[in-house]
Amino acid sequence: MTEALILARPVVHWQTAVVKEVVARTARIKSFILAPSQPFKLLAGQHVNVRLTAPDGYRAMRSYSIATPPENPCEIELAIEHLEDGEVSPFFHEVVEVGDKIEFRGPLGGHFVWTSTDGGPLLLVGGGSGLVPLMAIIRHREAVAPDLPVVLLLSARNWDDVLYRDELLALHERRNGFTLALTLTLEAPKRDVAYGRRVDGSMMAEVLRRLPSSPRHVYVCGTNPFVNAAVDGAMAAGTPACIIRTERYGI
Amino acid sequence: MVTRGFTGRRQPANVVDRIPPGQHVVNDFPVLSAGPTPKIAVDKWTFTLRVGTEPVMTWNWVEFNALPQTQMTRDIHCVTTWSKLDTLWEGVLIDDILARAGIAPPTGFVLAHSYGGYATNLPAADLTGGLAMVALRYKGQSLEPDHGGPARLLVPHLYFWKSAKWVNALQFTLRNELGFWEQRGYHIYGDPWREQRYTDD
Repeated sequence: MTEALILARPVVHWQTAVVKEVVARTARIKSFILAPSQPFKLLAGQHVNVRLTAPDGYRAMRSYSIATPPENPCEIELAIEHLEDGEVSPFFHEVVEVGDKIEFRGPLGGHFVWTSTDGGPLLLVGGGSGLVPLMAIIRHREAVAPDLPVVLLLSARNWDDVLYRDELLALHERRNGFTLALTLTLEAPKRDVAYGRRVDGSMMAEVLRRLPSSPRHVYVCGTNPFVNAAVDGAMAAGTPACIIRTERYGI
Repeated sequence: MVTRGFTGRRQPANVVDRIPPGQHVVNDFPVLSAGPTPKIAVDKWTFTLRVGTEPVMTWNWVEFNALPQTQMTRDIHCVTTWSKLDTLWEGVLIDDILARAGIAPPTGFVLAHSYGGYATNLPAADLTGGLAMVALRYKGQSLEPDHGGPARLLVPHLYFWKSAKWVNALQFTLRNELGFWEQRGYHIYGDPWREQRYTDD
């Protein structure tokens, strides 16, 4: 079903969006809310390619996941982590202002996506800004399947590094089937924080048990070692490889 | 359109003509894959050459390593925009696989299949003539699972999703059948110098 939707999608041409808002999410992550010139159809979990052009024609291009769900076609939220040695993310953090125009194409990516017809329960596992495409899935689920069982295992360095923390805690408090399991790698567990260590096999087995039944789909996004640890743990706990989709930063 | 305030970095002058449009050079070796990393023990590994649904020849690990080994130093280009220069590979040329099986390409197209279910499609002409190999080693070391080990396809003149990790079969097909990413919006051929990233590029 998902793939049929993707195959039917129109040509992905370059277009321009205006930066409508810049929101500091954590010390290292800012959200850039882009307003496309026409309504933007996407599937939860997809990304855009952003293209920057210097006065001499030099160009740099990067992919960024979209945090906004399909319900919000007038905005594209990119939550971008500042990588000190990067070329594009420092430009976004240090130069981009409201009113700037940004070239992009998308939506792109036909695998790491979720639609209501895919169903659940879902296990989502994110490390740091790897939460971004999962956030689109979580927000979409709120809109179209608000009692679908979902567990999000989210790993961050410390409490202040937790992206979308207030939104996720509020969703968790509604107890409508969404469960947040937070782990902090540089801080001890406390209220609202289940774990204080890197993702491992016993953590994966425990969060799987927090779903009412085995997951239908598992989505894991983060650095390559993070993804491998989560996937290995899920598989050791009996999750079949064929239901696990991964998205890796490359590093 | 010039992006306000963007100057960007420039590629080093001595390699600038080796970087396809929209790419940038990295020194590390990024890992990208759509699912779990298959972990294949070499004593369970096999590689099969097929024409349509008919197997022509199957090798186990020892037999495959006994085929002629060739080294290749090539630049590689990932569709996610990183390029890595002068990567050193060692493995078996597709030419040598076909020679051992005693066949010339019987059709114009190939689907490469992998452990884990991945597949990618290529014209047969892009695999022969010394252009491509099944790589068994990178920089003199066995290929790690993250980089496609025990064996991956290496087709360095096309975007790197065509260089299927964990490859276990080459299948000649009558038509150019779409592979995994090709069904999901990526280009049927994937020439980095023509920036063929997505279907209609």
